[in-house]
Amino acid sequence: MDLVLSKRDIEEMYKCISENLVREGADCVLLIDRAANLIVNCGNPMTLDVVSLAALSAANFGATAEIARIIGEEEFSLLFHKGRHENIHFTSVGENYILITLFGKDVSLGLIRLKVEKTIKKLQEILQRVES
Amino acid sequence: MAFIDFSKREIQCKIVYYGPGRGGKTTNLLYIHKAMTENVRGKMVSIDTKGDRTLFFDFLPLSLGSIHNMSIKIQLYTVPGQVMYNASRKLVLKGVDGVVFVADSLRVRRANNLESLANLEENLRGENLDMTRIPLVLQYNKRDLADGEIPLMTVEELDEDLNSQLHVPSFPGSAIKGTGVFETLREISKITVKQVHEKLLKR
Repeated sequence: MDLVLSKRDIEEMYKCISENLVREGADCVLLIDRAANLIVNCGNPMTLDVVSLAALSAANFGATAEIARIIGEEEFSLLFHKGRHENIHFTSVGENYILITLFGKDVSLGLIRLKVEKTIKKLQEILQRVES
Repeated sequence: MAFIDFSKREIQCKIVYYGPGRGGKTTNLLYIHKAMTENVRGKMVSIDTKGDRTLFFDFLPLSLGSIHNMSIKIQLYTVPGQVMYNASRKLVLKGVDGVVFVADSLRVRRANNLESLANLEENLRGENLDMTRIPLVLQYNKRDLADGEIPLMTVEELDEDLNSQLHVPSFPGSAIKGTGVFETLREISKITVKQVHEKLLKR
């Protein structure tokens, strides 16, 4: 499946991520597809190698899905890595996309999860419209 | 899965280097990485490599100029060649737009080439892709050993083995010396971008 996004689609997704997650304290949010294409890049990723981050995240998500299948789960829909200063949260958006949220130690995981859920609903609407 | 972003005027495609273990897939990427300037290539990422085998994948992003005012971004991946790592290979093939099959010219590796090509066909089918339709280029690697004492298959034999039904572009190469590496990359980029362009922009 291929994806073609107009400027309007991208702006709409950027606005949704920015309002729901970056404004609430996430440092950087990426929307990628399962093939690791970077679709939206929001927040403050200036110092990050986002292209490598996208490739490794897609692989990580895929590898974890295989682990899930081995233990009889279809997929782990959520992944979270905790660092000393920075945390990273991965969630699947439908079957084809992954939302990656980076946030610092001052932001609570609960808040991020809540906001991620809201963001995903809206992103799914936009992506379904684009795909159809 | 190619991705076109009209806000950045950018086309992103994924090209995967496939082939039997120790055939030279990673060496191809390393040569490209070494030979290209920093403004064209991104950072090469290799993960989980113990010894000289790729256990998961290598990754190298490239910017290859523009067509019709759209800039072309290509992401090169390699897969682990060893038979047992098929789950990783399937993961890397997800969303692929073009494939380079790096065949090993060593005569003792003949069966490995055939097995790997059959495995590629099967894994592509799993992604609902047809090997006869997807952009595909063959590279017959390790031709630099032709002068040595190790028996190699001839290019004609390799063509007969691997390309008699596919009829895709093929290049003799030596990834370690760089021979044929850019010819292969140029051809696969050209046909992949052409197909993506035809498929997406003209619909």
